[in-house]
Amino acid sequence: MVELTIDGRAVSVAPGTSILEAAASVGVDIPALCYDKTLTTFGACRLCSVEIEGRANLAAACSTPVADGLVVLTESDTVVDARRTVLDLLLSDHPQDCLICEKAGDCLLQEYCYRYGVEHTSFVKGATKNFELDDDNHLIQRDQNKCILCGKCVRVCHEVQATNAVDFAGRGFESTVTTSFDHPLNKDFCRFCGQCVDLCPTGALVNKQLKGTRTWERQKVRTTCPFCGVGCNFDLNVHEGKVVGVTANYDAPVNAGSLCVKGRFHTDLIDSPDRITTPLIKRDGVFEPASWDEALDLVASRLLEIKQSDGPDAIAVLSSARCTNEENYLLQRLTRAGLNTNSIDHCART
Amino acid sequence: MAGLAATLGSGAMTNSIGEIEFNEVLFTIGSNAPEAHPIIGNKMKAAAQRGAKLIVVDPRRTELADNAHLWLRLKPGTDNALVNGLLYLIIGNGWHDKAYIDERCEGYDDLWKVVQEYPPERVAQITGVPVEQIHAAAELYARTPKAGIFYTLGITEHTTGTANVMNLANLAMVTGHIGVENAGVNPLRGQNNVQGSCDMGALPNSLPGYPSVNDPEARARFSEAYGVLMPEKMGLRIPEMLDMAVYGKLKAMFVMGEDPALTDADANHVRKALGSLDFLVAQNLFMTETAKYADVFLPAACYAEKDGTFTNTERRVQRVRKAVEPPGECRADWEIIADLSCRLGHEMHYESAEEIFDEMRTLVPSYAGITYERIDKVGLQWPCPDVEHPGTKFLHAAGFTRGKGLLQGIEYEAPAELCSDEYPILLSTGRMLYHYNIMTRHSANLESLRPHELAQINPADAQRLDLGEGDTVRVSSRRGSITTRVTVTDVVPPGVVFMTFHYKESPVNELTNAAFDPVTKTAEFKVCAVRIEKAPESELVSAAPAV
Repeated sequence: MVELTIDGRAVSVAPGTSILEAAASVGVDIPALCYDKTLTTFGACRLCSVEIEGRANLAAACSTPVADGLVVLTESDTVVDARRTVLDLLLSDHPQDCLICEKAGDCLLQEYCYRYGVEHTSFVKGATKNFELDDDNHLIQRDQNKCILCGKCVRVCHEVQATNAVDFAGRGFESTVTTSFDHPLNKDFCRFCGQCVDLCPTGALVNKQLKGTRTWERQKVRTTCPFCGVGCNFDLNVHEGKVVGVTANYDAPVNAGSLCVKGRFHTDLIDSPDRITTPLIKRDGVFEPASWDEALDLVASRLLEIKQSDGPDAIAVLSSARCTNEENYLLQRLTRAGLNTNSIDHCART
Repeated sequence: MAGLAATLGSGAMTNSIGEIEFNEVLFTIGSNAPEAHPIIGNKMKAAAQRGAKLIVVDPRRTELADNAHLWLRLKPGTDNALVNGLLYLIIGNGWHDKAYIDERCEGYDDLWKVVQEYPPERVAQITGVPVEQIHAAAELYARTPKAGIFYTLGITEHTTGTANVMNLANLAMVTGHIGVENAGVNPLRGQNNVQGSCDMGALPNSLPGYPSVNDPEARARFSEAYGVLMPEKMGLRIPEMLDMAVYGKLKAMFVMGEDPALTDADANHVRKALGSLDFLVAQNLFMTETAKYADVFLPAACYAEKDGTFTNTERRVQRVRKAVEPPGECRADWEIIADLSCRLGHEMHYESAEEIFDEMRTLVPSYAGITYERIDKVGLQWPCPDVEHPGTKFLHAAGFTRGKGLLQGIEYEAPAELCSDEYPILLSTGRMLYHYNIMTRHSANLESLRPHELAQINPADAQRLDLGEGDTVRVSSRRGSITTRVTVTDVVPPGVVFMTFHYKESPVNELTNAAFDPVTKTAEFKVCAVRIEKAPESELVSAAPAV
């Protein structure tokens, strides 16, 4: 183990641990915009700079490994000055529409400006970006004017989703994160997994499903995805009794925050006007609304009649690999104990 | 399922999703994970990009094939010949694990008797895969210790589906790749709760936890629990139900959640069966093609409106939580079932889904140690026999569930339907990324990305038929005829067309062959012979508004 001191506390961690991770392990929060524990370290934003006694320059905590005897200061005056300058520079070409930005309340740039008291930029005459909004699809809005080039979207697209739909282009102030040939997302290789939206620290990438609700107004309910057999977990976002969208849950054992387009963007089907919301009984070839008592009494009496006249094996039940364990269990109990037949099956018995 | 149950004693993914990134070789056959199991596909692609060797066996140049170290483009339906060719080379070259076979398996002589008839030259002729590729794949798979097999419905949805699976188990057993970490035989289950619905006994031949319906001990146990004598006679499987309905022997069906009229093979036959019933009940979210035939429709709550559990493809039992109230008068499926059961004279009273789960786990030993409290944050993988047990990451570590692993020689059999002059093209079917079966068509978000079918056709075939991107074609088989747009792509080889089954405007199961596997009665969705003709766009069935 490596022994060092962070803000006066003794810390003991495995060799190879970064200063940022070592600090996190004792509850010291070092701010960072480009760092994410699930991605390779990038060292681009410099917001995580810390002072190491005896060294002339500040070190990026995310990409500096611990060493025995280091004495690290994470909030010294020098460090705070440097962080204010970084934020000041980032704000110099960042649209200041925080009042109506979808990311407000969940924006790391906003949070760190608040934390370090950076009210506005001091670089008033600098150039600003002027990109057109990429809003051609139903799912993700892309505003490159709000991009701070942290590169999390690029890394998650390469390293986790293995899709490579976006990358850096250009140099210096002209640098952008973009698709091949600057195509809109829906004309590119993008698979609309939306994980870049989850990781984006600013409002550069927005989940359009969640628009119109604020982050602090939404309750999160953890559940398991109802599509394929992988079993991803995510948080359903609920606002005023309606599911308004999905956000990732990074504690999920199988998917660790990754989702696909279906898991991320399917929830509008929950409120589909195609849903049937009352029992129906067909009379003279036409479905008519009925009460639950009418419908279930009819089902029970017809099934009992058929069981009486033709025997239990004249009835068969299809269960569903879409339904829960509890429901499949209960339907087999109804079939075997209630109807006295083993004729229950579902389409996924292969 | 049946294939693995017969050879190993347990029909489930032997290893875990988290192990994929530590496999040194990933052998995928009949599986298009990046589209059908996207998160597993990501892990496979990421593993390949980090240096794991990916062997992809698929007629189509899928995304996995693009990332493959070796891509074996076999002719559709020739999987067993290929696997026999691999076994021939592995055993012939002494790359098999003799100690493992002696200690843990039986039936080796039977296997070799069949396999020795499959020298690589013959296999190359049947499958269209060059001899060198077969050799390279055999050596790489057999001689790498951490080598896992992954398969999906491209293996099972054939008339030889069970045999295909048994042969993959042969491959893994002779090389000692089962019962160890980062390897195994791994069926990727198609739907969210395929594993769970099988575990729960929604099967005509087994009770919850897989005892046979005529196992006297299990029957006694369930009879006592339910207070009713359990029926002994094997129940009907889906194709038999449909046949019996057409013969007039089956009078009534209760269908929860499924839509066989759109998703089962040979849709004409399915509709005829549904139309022959005296009484049909459909319990669903939407007015499906099947529900249109119903006498009574019962409106159900969706997954976001109820509590419960799903069991994923790696046997992990996880929570489903109610986030919102169901719309209108919709009720959770379990509430409807319990209410109906009481009216049928079999009393059921539950306050919550958890109460049902707790009853179930007293009857299913592999779930006995799983409780809602234990799986609140992270699910548990069965078998989990008691509340102290941590769950099971990979199966068969100490020995196979059935005792000795059963090696069986499997002869290659051609698909039930082959091309003819009249039907010269092979049609294969499957999923794609943006839709899931039929339900996602009701999501305007997902529909906006892929609003209609795009049948994949090779440029050589397109040129011969004078077809361009987005043109309309009529696709006909011996059973039906539909229209669709095409996309011209070398993802499919010449002579093969690929379609999904998501679109009721281009209902591909009008065309598919209901010829089925003799054991599981699963239809041959993956291969049928069709004819393709250019058609005017006016013949397209217009998409219903997605809303």
